[in-house]
Amino acid sequence: MRVRCSLLRVWGQVVVLEGLLEEEIIVAEYHKKIKDAFEVFDHEANNTVDVREIGTIIRSLGCCPSEGELHDLIAEVEEEEPTGYIRFEKFLPVMTEVLLERRYRPIPEDTLLRAFEVLDPSKRGFLTKEELIKYMTEEGEPFSQEEMEEMLSAAIDPESNSIHYKDYIAMMVVDDS
Amino acid sequence: MSTHDLEDMGCGTSSSTKDRKSEKALKAALVIQNWYRGYSARLKARQRYALTIFQSIEYADEQGQLQLSNFFSFMLENYTHIHEKDPELVARLFGSTLQDCKDRQEYVSCIDVPDSYNGPRLQFPLTFTDIDILVEAFKQQQILHARYVLEVLFETKKVLKHMPNFTHVKTSPSKEITICGDLHGKLDDLFLIFYKNGLPSGGNSYIFNGDFVDRGKHSIEILMILFVSFLVYPNDLHLNRGNHEDFMMNLRYGFTKEILHKYKMHGKKILQILEDVYTWLPIGTIIDNEILVIHGGISESTDLNLLHHIERNKMKSVLMPPIPLDGEDHDTDLKTKVGATIIPREVKTNGSLSEQLTKHEWEQVIDILWSDPRGKRGCYPNTSRGGGCYFGPDITSKVLNKYQLKMLIRSHECKPEGYEICHDGKVVTVFSASNYYEEGSNRGAYIKLCCDMTPRFFQYQVTRTTCSRPLYQRVNAIESSAIRILKERMISRKTDLIRAFQLQDRSKSGKLSMGQWAFSMENILGLNLPWRSLSSHLVTTDKNGNINYMSSFQDIHIQKPVKEAQSTLIETLYRYRSDLQIIFNVIDSDHSGLISMEEFRAMWKLFNSHYSIHIDDFQVDELAERMDLNKDGSIDFNEFLKAFYVVHKLDKLSKSDGNLP
Repeated sequence: MRVRCSLLRVWGQVVVLEGLLEEEIIVAEYHKKIKDAFEVFDHEANNTVDVREIGTIIRSLGCCPSEGELHDLIAEVEEEEPTGYIRFEKFLPVMTEVLLERRYRPIPEDTLLRAFEVLDPSKRGFLTKEELIKYMTEEGEPFSQEEMEEMLSAAIDPESNSIHYKDYIAMMVVDDS
Repeated sequence: MSTHDLEDMGCGTSSSTKDRKSEKALKAALVIQNWYRGYSARLKARQRYALTIFQSIEYADEQGQLQLSNFFSFMLENYTHIHEKDPELVARLFGSTLQDCKDRQEYVSCIDVPDSYNGPRLQFPLTFTDIDILVEAFKQQQILHARYVLEVLFETKKVLKHMPNFTHVKTSPSKEITICGDLHGKLDDLFLIFYKNGLPSGGNSYIFNGDFVDRGKHSIEILMILFVSFLVYPNDLHLNRGNHEDFMMNLRYGFTKEILHKYKMHGKKILQILEDVYTWLPIGTIIDNEILVIHGGISESTDLNLLHHIERNKMKSVLMPPIPLDGEDHDTDLKTKVGATIIPREVKTNGSLSEQLTKHEWEQVIDILWSDPRGKRGCYPNTSRGGGCYFGPDITSKVLNKYQLKMLIRSHECKPEGYEICHDGKVVTVFSASNYYEEGSNRGAYIKLCCDMTPRFFQYQVTRTTCSRPLYQRVNAIESSAIRILKERMISRKTDLIRAFQLQDRSKSGKLSMGQWAFSMENILGLNLPWRSLSSHLVTTDKNGNINYMSSFQDIHIQKPVKEAQSTLIETLYRYRSDLQIIFNVIDSDHSGLISMEEFRAMWKLFNSHYSIHIDDFQVDELAERMDLNKDGSIDFNEFLKAFYVVHKLDKLSKSDGNLP
């Protein structure tokens, strides 16, 4: 019994060590990925980005924080005295944690579909332009006018002036993958 | 939806049900908004990645361009051989301008404008009506007759000659000034600016900060409008020279081709005069003794006093650095910023070569036309472009303080929003060619300035249709265009890439990790891009996340013109095709598109030895022979070049290489 236990303990440590090494490699790859995304927005090549681009960077890495969650993240990476710029040195560790913990997972397709269906209780299969505008600009974390216009340009079928959400989702999901 | 909710509908609902319903709606809205913001952000990131690709390739090309200057200097070492064969070549390269002085009356007056000509007619001396006439005519896609083009060019040169190197301008509360950046032949952008901001006039001053030509399809039209406006309002329309106001750049980037195409009879003459007009363009403008407006940037050694006094018209081209004359000290070898040292031997001149700037003066001008600001402190050679430097915020402060200036306004770099402010507000970039790389790639902008007021920025974007496409379609278009260009780049370095991959692939499995693949790509292609994010467009990965590195080369191949020619030869020719085109265009002095077999062989051998390309002379000869299809001893070089286009197997809209100017 004792021998087997000690063997198990040694074996367990080896497995843990291998796991740690694997994690190091994963972390290294995450670091590079984050650096790549950051650099594309770092116009002056001085390891800072405008704070207004942080949301885009985080989302381009596959995460989907809400506006509120984004706000908290920004607070974590900002300077003591906010300068309007975020430094890479502060951003990297925070973002690595987010990726490792798989936080802010994206919305699955069927959840998105159900959300549209909630807003369309009579199950017509579509929302009118006015209804979409009302929900998106008055509820939840409201869209800005620019966001609303952007969404409408792709979503609204000009003939019926409505969004057929099933088709819309199908189209967007393909494009996003 | 639960039946519970259905039951509640229609009846007088209790407040708790109402709350529950609106809570559901709230949650649903949150889900949709969250999803949409994620999707929209990823779209914008993709757009930004595509722009990065375009930009890094553009700058890598410019670097290649500047390396040509080494080549021309190298040609001088073999000068005697070339001189024997083609004495005109050297004269061409280091052009004497003796001929055209007397030409004007004789040449222009010989050109008749027929009655059948339906295009715009100008009347000298020019007035504001002529500006209107031109704008309206160009909107109708008309072409200005060569006679008027030449007359405008001659007049412009005559007036420019009297202008100082830097134009000094004053604003007043009632008189703002508008500053526009690169236009690059995009006539629609100029029209849009005039539409929003008014035509130039005594009360509406403009500064155009260089790069009026190349790339876009209407460079000559832009030039004509700007020059005519300048002739009508010489004190209110200010032109600064850009790095593309250079006849050698035009050879590569499209303007030369545009002229020869639109003006088949008089194109050569137009090009000849243009070379000269460029050299007389002022180097910069200074507003209210406070704001310096120049095309590129500065370096730590920028000496404005010197620049005020040099003979600017001796700056012919960035590709023609000054060479030491007989008896000059050869210790001061010309070291280009790219790092290569050129040691020209003693060169016999006929006097025309003394018409050049000193090395120091020449470098000062290059810095002004080619430099870029960066966040890093200090001053470094501009390795992307191969000329000028990168200058940091400390350099900006130092130089601005030295001359008691407050701000530097420059252009030269495409910015997504059309403008960008950096170095603590001291440096502003303004770029006026919207959709520069592709439809939807970027906005254009202009600046309005007045006295002590803060500058105002105006943005715009030209669209072909009144109803713009949704963002995702525009991003898809830019992205596929950028990826296509990147793939062509990869194909041109295929052999080197595969070698690098195989070196890392010990087990010869055909697979590499993401890190290994990205490393080789960056190393061989010399492009600083987010390879991990781009990998999905360029290679296939297996289920373990490993890269199948050969998969990039499977859906593109270079169409071979001659079956027997070897792969590396084709690849090499493809990679250097732009350089080859320029050199051959220079040799083809009558722009006939034909060069003799001997010229082809000689040029290729010279090129060969300079760029250390290991291609057998024999192979090139074979190729040359095969190219001469009608066996008349000359090669139609344009056909030869066109033969090397990259075919995308999967691309139904395959067209010939868009990179050929």
